Amino acid sequence: MSFPKVRVPYLLLLPGFAFLFTFFILPIINLAQTSTQTPIAGGDTGQYEQTLAFGNYIQAFVDNKEQFARSFVYATLATIFALVIAYPLAYAIAFKSGKFKNILLVLVVAPFFTSFLLRTIAWKQILGEEGFVVPGLRSLHIISQQTTLTSTSVAVVAGMTYNFLPFMTLPLYASLERIDPRTIEAAGDLYANGITAFRMVTVPLSLPGVVAGTLLTFIPAAGDYVNAAILGSPNTKMIGNVIESRYFKIVDYPTAAALSFTLMAAILILVTLYIRKAGTEELV
Amino acid sequence: MSQKVKDASIPTIPAKARFSRWFGRNLLRIYMIFGFTYLFIPVAYTFAFSFNDSGKSNLIWKGFTLSNWQNPCGAPEVCNALGNSIKIGLLATTFSTILGTMIAFAIGRYQFRGRSSSNLLIFLPMATPEIVLGASLLSLFLVFKINPGFWPTVIAHVMFCISFVVVTVKARIASLDPRLEQAAMDLYANELETFRRVTLPLVAPGIAGAALLAFSLSFDDFIITNFNSGTLITFPKFVYVSAARGIPAQANVIGSSMFFLALAIVIAGQLVKRKKTR
Repeated sequence: MSFPKVRVPYLLLLPGFAFLFTFFILPIINLAQTSTQTPIAGGDTGQYEQTLAFGNYIQAFVDNKEQFARSFVYATLATIFALVIAYPLAYAIAFKSGKFKNILLVLVVAPFFTSFLLRTIAWKQILGEEGFVVPGLRSLHIISQQTTLTSTSVAVVAGMTYNFLPFMTLPLYASLERIDPRTIEAAGDLYANGITAFRMVTVPLSLPGVVAGTLLTFIPAAGDYVNAAILGSPNTKMIGNVIESRYFKIVDYPTAAALSFTLMAAILILVTLYIRKAGTEELV
Repeated sequence: MSQKVKDASIPTIPAKARFSRWFGRNLLRIYMIFGFTYLFIPVAYTFAFSFNDSGKSNLIWKGFTLSNWQNPCGAPEVCNALGNSIKIGLLATTFSTILGTMIAFAIGRYQFRGRSSSNLLIFLPMATPEIVLGASLLSLFLVFKINPGFWPTVIAHVMFCISFVVVTVKARIASLDPRLEQAAMDLYANELETFRRVTLPLVAPGIAGAALLAFSLSFDDFIITNFNSGTLITFPKFVYVSAARGIPAQANVIGSSMFFLALAIVIAGQLVKRKKTR
């Protein structure tokens, strides 16, 4: 090869990183600028000038602290539920499925391919007034005549849990599958019963998968607005819904940018703390 | 199965423990059935309602018909939206797979200064919520007076797919046995030949998987697309917009076909793999 070997990795990186710099880093910098703009005096809606109005952040946060809190509570709940549902599933596929392992793994990902919007709307219709679940539960007197399942926070959290479940299951499976079954047998040889072996060997060894799965679930869940829009009500609005409507309906770019930036910063801080705490540095 | 052999060889386990073992094993199995049922309920619902003789709004079951499947473009916007999604998906997959694979080789194969910050740059887009990616890119386009539409959407998709391609291909590179390449070198293959005839074929399944992942991420993306596509309608956007007044059953036909198509591709891939390993 004609170029010195040291340059090879940089040449390989160049096109991709140039792209990421232009369309990921630059927009984030631009977003930071936009977030401190103020409306032009006497200008039309949607016209802003560059100032250093950091008050935008305070204003945006104070106006929307409820939605912020809701986003983080919903995302945390959805992550916990997804972990509780996905761990046994991933465990069963990794250790108990024998020759069906690959098929089952494909089946976990398969629902993905029916558009997630179609599936979310399907849930809405299944659990809605015209579906069969609500009338059924009502006639069995399990829920009262007034209770609905859609347009509630429960429905939003359930929808997020459902939609992000494969993001949780796959990393969990990957780390469980890598565990050498002999290490679990060894725990048994050392007189650990099944539960102790699971707690002392399997769980710690699957921790990288738990960390990756919870991150892959929590991050998109915190910024999601689709589930809240389809399955929720005005009382279940998340920060994503606010950002979306600030952009498209109110054309208030600075507030939308300030909210986006706050959301990103909050998530990055939480993620960093979490990774520190969980002690797995090598994630990607 | 090894489990059964083990049980037979240890007949001294007390009945109670044996029962709890049996229960434990089958509990997981029962759990699996419930888990998969949960995952597939909306898919089955979507599939069932693709046969609904529903007219405009597909909310209530009105009767069985095959006409939606015979005429998937019966609702004209559906096929237009689908065409856009496929075009964007193919372009985004091509570019992100090429760029991402190059990055994956650089990070996976070389030690160089700036390697860990490169890892960080790959991780960051995945750690940023979609809405922030979409909103920030839109504000950049607005600054440069670029109207949202087809190409801005392609760019946005390439941007968020790259990281996933890098992670997938990198994992494959990391799992390669370095001795295979050494063997090729021992057999007097030069670096380029080794790469072309040994490394690349070995990494190829990882690249194919990454491309499939990129396409499905792009095809199914709504949030980032919604910000950067302007008046262009993609399939997820069509579903979202028409949700309020009822989605035509043709959308269910397309959703179900995508499901079966993807399933067929993945199963075919598995079969090819099995044949090769035999």
